[in-house]
Amino acid sequence: MKEIKYLILKEISLEWKTKYAFNGLLLYVISTIFVCFLSFKQIIDPPTWNALFWIIMLFASVNAIAKSFLTENRGRLLYYYTLTSAEAVIVSKTIYNVLLLLVLSLINLLFYSIFIGNFIQDLPMFITGMLLGCMGFASIMTLISAIASKAGGNSTLMAILSFPILIPLLITIIRFTKNAMDGLDWSVNYKFLVILIALNMLTVALSYLLFPYLWRE
Amino acid sequence: MHKALKVVCVLFLLITIIGGLLVPVPRLAILHETIRNLFFHVPMWFAMIAVLMASLYFSFRFLSKNDMELDIRAEEYARVGVVFGVLGLLTGSLWAKFTWGAWWTNDVKLNGAAATMLVYFSYFLLRNSIDDEQKRARISAVYSIFAFALMTVFIFILPRLTDSLHPGNGGNPAFAKYDLDNTMRLIFYPSVIGWVLLAFWIGDLRVRLRRIQNQIEHTHS
Repeated sequence: MKEIKYLILKEISLEWKTKYAFNGLLLYVISTIFVCFLSFKQIIDPPTWNALFWIIMLFASVNAIAKSFLTENRGRLLYYYTLTSAEAVIVSKTIYNVLLLLVLSLINLLFYSIFIGNFIQDLPMFITGMLLGCMGFASIMTLISAIASKAGGNSTLMAILSFPILIPLLITIIRFTKNAMDGLDWSVNYKFLVILIALNMLTVALSYLLFPYLWRE
Repeated sequence: MHKALKVVCVLFLLITIIGGLLVPVPRLAILHETIRNLFFHVPMWFAMIAVLMASLYFSFRFLSKNDMELDIRAEEYARVGVVFGVLGLLTGSLWAKFTWGAWWTNDVKLNGAAATMLVYFSYFLLRNSIDDEQKRARISAVYSIFAFALMTVFIFILPRLTDSLHPGNGGNPAFAKYDLDNTMRLIFYPSVIGWVLLAFWIGDLRVRLRRIQNQIEHTHS
């Protein structure tokens, strides 16, 4: 447990020192939203708003998490291998990515609302959906990033590997947040909520079990 | 594969094709004669799932044993699974055109099936991008296990919870409950067994072919 905590702190402090990746992502999100604003001017159709929000989120997350394993050089990875257990590495990276995506999604929502308008009627439900969605994205893509890094470190490969797996998750998330935007009651969304939570638990468990096999060189 | 199973396979497939196209079928609204596709479309999916589960099983065993033979099996069964999945999508698309009026609809089960095909295409892409044999086998085994577990959720669980045009989901009665009369059942069960056996037969042949190819490569190098 302590290993995980220290690894997370290490990741956060590394990032905080340079803020390189974070600034890059921020710029990416803001530029994308600005381009959308210039093309759409104003979106009055809630489904379109929702879909576009999640598309921007999807691409930003792929970029964000690609750096997770792909930019680590071999020497450092070998160092971790001698110090910590494989499970600790994957869990800490997943948690760090979840936090990163959360911050990213909140910023995304903020700028999206400023530029393109805000149709959300049930904000807590929307934020819950966003939270679960980010957790899902992060957990799936962290493991895929680990796989892609072993297969040559190509970020295109990571995108290709993750998109098909993310499609059904994306469908569920979009449904969930659409219902949140319409202001529907929580009971309508229960089944999606259950799916999202179950999916998150499943992917984290799978990552935990499968990563040690990847870790061995 | 055991000779008896091969005979059974051929026999059942002959029953499926000849019987399936000739037996009298119950007339239903919208479906009419296209219900015959039941003998082709549904068993394709059963065969795909059976073969992909075999691939998953061999992936698991490879991770614990590191025997390359197991990796060959995992890969070739995945290949056959993809072929049957594509056939399932094609037969389904054809069926959809005549019953629902469109080649493709925005239906969760269809999306789940298409996503599964994409996942396995990526699996083969991943395999092609790694050169070292052992590494390739290990990494693709991990990806295959991960992808299969998630796909199980998406193909089986999600469609049941949402609205769908597909029989058996979203409030539509499944075929087995209301529409299969005894004649159809007589053809349907053999067709499932026949197509599943065919899938395993093809997989088995490919595994043996691969083994021979590998041996030739090793003796030449």
